[in-house]
Amino acid sequence: MSNTERPLSPHLSIYRWPITMTLSILHRITGLALAVGLIALAYWLLAVAAGGTDYQQAVALMSSVLGRLCLIGWSFAFFLHLANGVRHLFWDIGRGFEIRQANASAWFVLVFAVVMTVIFWMVL
Amino acid sequence: MSASATRHFIAQRGSAMALVVLGLWFALSISGLESTEHAVVLAFIADPINSMLLMVLCTTLAYHSYLGVQVVIEDYVHAPRLCWFSLLTSRAVHLAVGLLSVYTVFDIGFGA
Repeated sequence: MSNTERPLSPHLSIYRWPITMTLSILHRITGLALAVGLIALAYWLLAVAAGGTDYQQAVALMSSVLGRLCLIGWSFAFFLHLANGVRHLFWDIGRGFEIRQANASAWFVLVFAVVMTVIFWMVL
Repeated sequence: MSASATRHFIAQRGSAMALVVLGLWFALSISGLESTEHAVVLAFIADPINSMLLMVLCTTLAYHSYLGVQVVIEDYVHAPRLCWFSLLTSRAVHLAVGLLSVYTVFDIGFGA
């Protein structure tokens, strides 16, 4: 007895990945990345305190290709986690739950993070 | 590990709100530095207000990071003993890195 009218879910062949899911995952990934960044922050502070060749070494490390990639990544992670965190705080007080609002704020957070990262490195 | 879920929720949100302000302050300050020369960076950190804000920032960052990593570990590490060990390691590393950062800033700002 098969009912062909029954709704099928999830319908993988026409499933559209929602942007809100991307942001949810990115919040975790950027959070973890920033946690690792705390070690880099501590290293930077130690290098400043030590001064001399230790500081020069830190600057050389930070201006290497890998160092720059990490710093750009951490700055992007920072701005994204910050903006998305504020988005979460609005949800906590019960605002922005409508699908259209959630989608719009998700895109805003993504654009904000990219724009702020570009501005940050242009100004620096 | 950490007391109740409600306490965790409030602590995470509280530290998050503090970090919105402190984080933006730090990002703005860093981008406002004239150069990466040692004297410039040292003078920035050694400024009493900056060093105090940096110590609060480092403390809050370590705390917020610990709370976040805790949730991730509890979500993905299912084996009870490994989960317990991971939480303990995370706590130790966050405590060490946090204390080290705060002490270093204190040393630059107020040390001999």
